[in-house]
Amino acid sequence: MQTPRLELSGIRKVYPAVVANDGIDLRVMPGEIHAVLGENGAGKSTLMKIIYGIVKPDEGRILWEGRPVAVASPAQARQLGIGMVFQHFSLFETLTVAQNIALAVAGKRRLKDLTQRIVTLSERYGLPLDPRRHVHALSVGERQRVEIVRCLLQSPKLLIMDEPTSVLAPQAVQALFGTLRQLATEGCSILYISHKLDEIKALCHTATVISAGRVTGTCDPATESTAAMARMMIGRDIPAITRSAPPMNAEPRLAISHLTHRARDPFGTHLDDISITVASGEIVGIAGASGNGQRELLAVLCGEETVSDARTIELCAIRVGRLGPARRRELGMCFVPEERLGRGAVPRMSLSENALLTASRQGMVRRGLIDDTVVRTFTQRCISNFAVTCGGPSAPAKSLSGGNLQKFIVGREVMQEPSVLLLAQPTWGVDVGAAAAIRQAIVQLRARGVAVLIVSEELDELFEICDRIAVIAKGRLSPAKPVSQTSVEEIGMWMSGLWPGAQLPERVDAVSA
Amino acid sequence: MPFRLEPRAVSSRTMTYASPLIAVALTMLTGYVIFCPLGKDPAAAFSSFFIAPLDNRYGLGELLLKASPLMLIATGLSIGFRANIWNIGAEGQLALGAIAASGIALYVHPPTAWLVLPTMIVAGALGGMAWAAIPAFLRTRFNANEILVSLMLTYVGLLLLSYLVHGPWRDPAGLNFPQSQEFDGDALFPIIWPGTRLNASIFIALAAVAAGWVFMKKSFLGYQLRVAGLAGGAARYAGFDATRLVWVGLLAGGAAAGLAGVGEVAGPIGQLLPSVSPGYGFAAIIVAFVGRLQPLGIVLASLLMSLLYLGGEQAQIALNLPSAITGVFEGVLLFYLLGCDVFINYRLRWRPRTPAQAARTAVVSVAEVRTP
Repeated sequence: MQTPRLELSGIRKVYPAVVANDGIDLRVMPGEIHAVLGENGAGKSTLMKIIYGIVKPDEGRILWEGRPVAVASPAQARQLGIGMVFQHFSLFETLTVAQNIALAVAGKRRLKDLTQRIVTLSERYGLPLDPRRHVHALSVGERQRVEIVRCLLQSPKLLIMDEPTSVLAPQAVQALFGTLRQLATEGCSILYISHKLDEIKALCHTATVISAGRVTGTCDPATESTAAMARMMIGRDIPAITRSAPPMNAEPRLAISHLTHRARDPFGTHLDDISITVASGEIVGIAGASGNGQRELLAVLCGEETVSDARTIELCAIRVGRLGPARRRELGMCFVPEERLGRGAVPRMSLSENALLTASRQGMVRRGLIDDTVVRTFTQRCISNFAVTCGGPSAPAKSLSGGNLQKFIVGREVMQEPSVLLLAQPTWGVDVGAAAAIRQAIVQLRARGVAVLIVSEELDELFEICDRIAVIAKGRLSPAKPVSQTSVEEIGMWMSGLWPGAQLPERVDAVSA
Repeated sequence: MPFRLEPRAVSSRTMTYASPLIAVALTMLTGYVIFCPLGKDPAAAFSSFFIAPLDNRYGLGELLLKASPLMLIATGLSIGFRANIWNIGAEGQLALGAIAASGIALYVHPPTAWLVLPTMIVAGALGGMAWAAIPAFLRTRFNANEILVSLMLTYVGLLLLSYLVHGPWRDPAGLNFPQSQEFDGDALFPIIWPGTRLNASIFIALAAVAAGWVFMKKSFLGYQLRVAGLAGGAARYAGFDATRLVWVGLLAGGAAAGLAGVGEVAGPIGQLLPSVSPGYGFAAIIVAFVGRLQPLGIVLASLLMSLLYLGGEQAQIALNLPSAITGVFEGVLLFYLLGCDVFINYRLRWRPRTPAQAARTAVVSVAEVRTP
């Protein structure tokens, strides 16, 4: 029998509040694409950090090609032949691709030779990349290629990919899979971290399922059904979402017309001539790979940034482009932000105090003083209506799991009976059960005539709950298409900015002139 | 290093309250180390520093007299500090409060006698607020750093005070001393404890502490300030008016410092002098932090700080120590407090062996735990 490339036994890591890894065994063979499957918070990332030498395990053994090793640092991991591509990239925006890679490659090398090697490598593995371009001008997919090429330059024997497809369009995912398969046939082992079951089925040879820090199963994803893998991952079936018919007599609630806005961040995405309407009882989704203007669009819609022309954003037929977030909330707009801790909620404050953050207009403040009874009742109702698992209204927000805190935040916004609800990545980093509950709550808003706008990078989620879907790419927005008349493939193609009638970026100047 | 600092999962409540007490204990210990090489008997030194000031009625009166401006200013500053608005210029705002109140006492004559003192109080608060409004305006309009602006304005304020008592407001009958005329009785706070200098201005300080508590705990504006201090992103998301919060945070400190200025010139001093405060505005910053920005804590910390002032004076007389000893103790206390505060969110772990050895022991200990 072949010697495994990497063998872990009994890996245990305890953090002050949580047991992240509890006796994990894992064996990766040479040339194997091995999936590590688990929900957010199951302990996948900790395990990978242990392999890559960022975190030291409290217990357990690591065998590298049959020899026991203690990986003390990422530098040592790289020496052994372990490379890792992180979910969040670590690149300098103001440097070129070649300069970024030169920073990470050990030893002094001439930039010219390195550039040549980058070109050779990227051609060989089908990762087109121009080493002279600056990173800030690259798309997210291209940035990921930089990270991968940077790893490949070290000729790794094991490549760890942490949720690599969360930032990619469907077509780019297929290209990435091609590269990974090629690497595997050349003998490189790949540890592929994900919670997307269909991807794992398509790509991986073996899957190890982790739940709450323990291995709950090992299987061959090609033969195992997705439902069976989901059960191993969350311990039960995923609840299905029930949809109701949208109400009649829909009226436009949120109307964005020819919205053009320069990003405050010099490396941000400028919004270019965006138009879309959301009617009451309608759920509209905005798809797109991250970094294509979602952040800027949401900042402008919720009022944290105002636009110069008030007419470009209308809320219930009132021009709100120049109003701040507080005024827009008064007019019936509610917002669930992407970051839960520090934005959607104050980590150190109790749930009651966090209810007051945005729901203060629900009779919680009288003559400038807080009415504790009203706040507490509201919080209690939110906790029970949305099945938030927590230590009661006085539990601090940071003591809740991601999914429960998100349920609380969504509940807080929904209970204010908004006429327009904006949601950014509503189920990002949320466990499957909580995600289903949140989607169900959103779908129920339709029946109550709320206009819902969801910005999400999860195409499956958008197809599951939306009535219409539009795509944002490079700061421009495609027309919105009814879900029944489009497909994942078409939306995926649009994510590169190519939709019928798409204008060229030159129009930015024409609009601002 | 065999010791390691480890982040705690939850910040320690015990340490939050124990930290100031440990800091006080360590300050005493340091005092011992300072006194010994100076050839002073530590026991006698401690007695003259911490006990002698309190063994008579006059001393107790002085303790409360000095604690009252400290708790007043610290309460005002803590409102801004909770929102991460750093007003370091209370000393200057105090001077402006003293100037404004003196102006009323000396040159504006309210129609009835009982109106004099209330007018002075209002003028003093407004004077302090006016001085704090400058950093507030520059911060909100030009994003100028309020720490630097408020600190620099302190020196401008003190020079303005100096100019007035050396020039236009100098008492013509004052033998050329840099001081104003003495105030009339109507312009002075009544003494509330015979045999001491303790006057009614302490009620303003206590009322301010109570008002500050209600404001931060019960009002929506106080809540907004707390949110802004804990998570700026959440305050922006909720749409709280950041400009308004900066103004409130700075003006609260300015008003409190201005009132403290009134308490000095209309209290123990009774006239305007080139120096109206022994550094209350700066010491109050330490009081606010030693008191955990909480009302009760601030009251206790102000008493402690007041004792350091009195002890310093006593030490000069009894032990021939320089007056700088008070400043030394203030600094040492703040130093230890900041040091001890680290342990609210961290704990010290003893890690004597190599990680491999430690791992092996951990396996054994886990096995022991599991066997029963």
